[in-house]
Amino acid sequence: MANDKPEPKRPLIRVSDFDFYYGEKQALFDINMDMKENEVTAFIGPSGCGKSTLLRCINRMNDLVEVARIGRGKIEVNGADIYDPRVDTIELRKRVGMVFQKSNPFPKSIYENVIYGLRIQGINKKPVLDEAVERCLKGAALWDEVKDRLDTSGLSLSGGQQQRLCIARALAVEPDILLMDEPCSALDPVATAKVEELIHSLKNDYTIVIVTHNMQQAARVSDKTAFFYLGKLIEMAKTDEIFMSPKNEQTEAYISGRFG
Amino acid sequence: MSATATLRKERPVEGLGFHKKPSKAKSTERAVFWLFRLGTYFILLCASVIFLTIIFKGSQTVFQSSFPFVNVEFLTEAPQTLHVFEYEGEKYELSDNNFRAFEAERGVEIKTDTYAYSGGGIWPCIVGTVLLVVGAMTIALTLGVLSAIFLSEYSKPGKILNAIRLSILNLAGVPSVVFGIFGLGFFVLAGPIFSFSPFEGYDFQFWPLPIYFGFAGWNVSLLAGCFTLAFMVLPIVISASEESLRAIPQGLREASLALGASKWTAIRTNVLPYAMPGILTSSIIGVARVAGETAPIMFTAAYAMRDQLPWEGLEKWSDFFFQGVMALPYHIYVVSAKIPQNEYTERMQYGTAFVFLVIVAGIALASILLRIRMRKKYRW
Repeated sequence: MANDKPEPKRPLIRVSDFDFYYGEKQALFDINMDMKENEVTAFIGPSGCGKSTLLRCINRMNDLVEVARIGRGKIEVNGADIYDPRVDTIELRKRVGMVFQKSNPFPKSIYENVIYGLRIQGINKKPVLDEAVERCLKGAALWDEVKDRLDTSGLSLSGGQQQRLCIARALAVEPDILLMDEPCSALDPVATAKVEELIHSLKNDYTIVIVTHNMQQAARVSDKTAFFYLGKLIEMAKTDEIFMSPKNEQTEAYISGRFG
Repeated sequence: MSATATLRKERPVEGLGFHKKPSKAKSTERAVFWLFRLGTYFILLCASVIFLTIIFKGSQTVFQSSFPFVNVEFLTEAPQTLHVFEYEGEKYELSDNNFRAFEAERGVEIKTDTYAYSGGGIWPCIVGTVLLVVGAMTIALTLGVLSAIFLSEYSKPGKILNAIRLSILNLAGVPSVVFGIFGLGFFVLAGPIFSFSPFEGYDFQFWPLPIYFGFAGWNVSLLAGCFTLAFMVLPIVISASEESLRAIPQGLREASLALGASKWTAIRTNVLPYAMPGILTSSIIGVARVAGETAPIMFTAAYAMRDQLPWEGLEKWSDFFFQGVMALPYHIYVVSAKIPQNEYTERMQYGTAFVFLVIVAGIALASILLRIRMRKKYRW
């Protein structure tokens, strides 16, 4: 993967000895991994392997699940433990944006969708908002398609456009990290290609973690790939290495399509 | 093969027997079908008889054949005594005010038959009912939506939550007269009072502020009635609000939170606005109940007769809430059960019932229109 920035990059997200439970059921076992700045990391693995769970731990979305709790270990973002009781989850989620599997634009206009994150911070100056809308929609490669109908409902867009609107909405908050939970699973191939292109261009400014079921997608968009199985991190390496010469048997079996 | 052949032989040739005498199953089917149909028709019949009677008899009171076609006096005056008399060969039926004017105009004194509450109109009752409905629904929606948000968005499942749900469920089953008694004891006789001057029964002063506090009761008042009615419809409002909140996709909450919204911001901006149409729709049922119940206001808010309208003769603004009012359902009760019956009182009963139905239908219509407008604004 061509990248202008010099190696080595410092880890922006560091997961160490991380155990996670849903009630009595342990969902993640002793996860250790680093995700570096301006890299795209893909989480792959069969359904129920914990990849989405880990992703949702990084911005503490799992707080919404009543029975969820961490057992051991920690996740650090930019050197700070995000499960420290002093952490303000609101600030955390501003720094760590998220795009969901099912595109979920608000039932508001495209314009209001993009600036939602700014409005709730009390930013109401029209020039600032206008600028943000144009910048974020351009950033999400959606501007040309919607610039003439910013006041129509976000729900009037096609599935792929909706997903890019959700990405634009996440960009408006100016996060450092973008978490994507199977962002293309509900999209057709053309829309998927657009979102993948977008991920490529976003890499220069953001650190991206993407969960995907689609191994070709992981191969296409990511710098590093992590393979999960049954709640354990089996193998994590440069994407080329994982797909060309996986060290672990299970990884190889999954990638070659023998299970999963 | 042979069995089939035998069967064939027994069957009549013509039409393969389809048109022969109906089988037992067929006639049972038909009987049961008619039973269901008759049951439905019977309900329809009852409903039509009730509505048509009220509309037919009531419209005779509310409308008239000459201009302005609506009985203005009935809609704008307070109930009065009806005077029935003959004067110079003509028969007159005049309400008290008109009768006095009639006498003064001609400078005579006439002996009449009088019928209590059978003249004048029901304007104070309309005003009172509207005030009670607006007040009670404001209180019920505020409390109901607040607790629904707590229950469905914030609370954690457990024993306490189950206990709360159980008590709300029980509240829904309490007969309305029990709410009346509750209101009498809790609000009318022992409602909390804040005052700038010491009053009889005060217990406590917020020293050094000149504010006094005590459970001196609210008397028979609009406020006591509104609270009693509000408590009565709270279960409806709470369960309706909870259902509407639950119907909002979880994705909207998650998306807001992921964009740095606090839980309350997410609820305020992306849950409540979309739940509001549903909450309003289901509270229409509550409106009809609040407007219609007699028992809860009998002891807490309703006067059989009051000359002044609620905004007349107030010494200070707070008096507005601490006065009793007349109300349509209680007025129907009074003119139907508390005074001697005759042809003149019957007109009042049906006239009042008719206006009452129209008002309840009007409020329901307004809620529906509001809901449609909100749905258009927030569509997903």
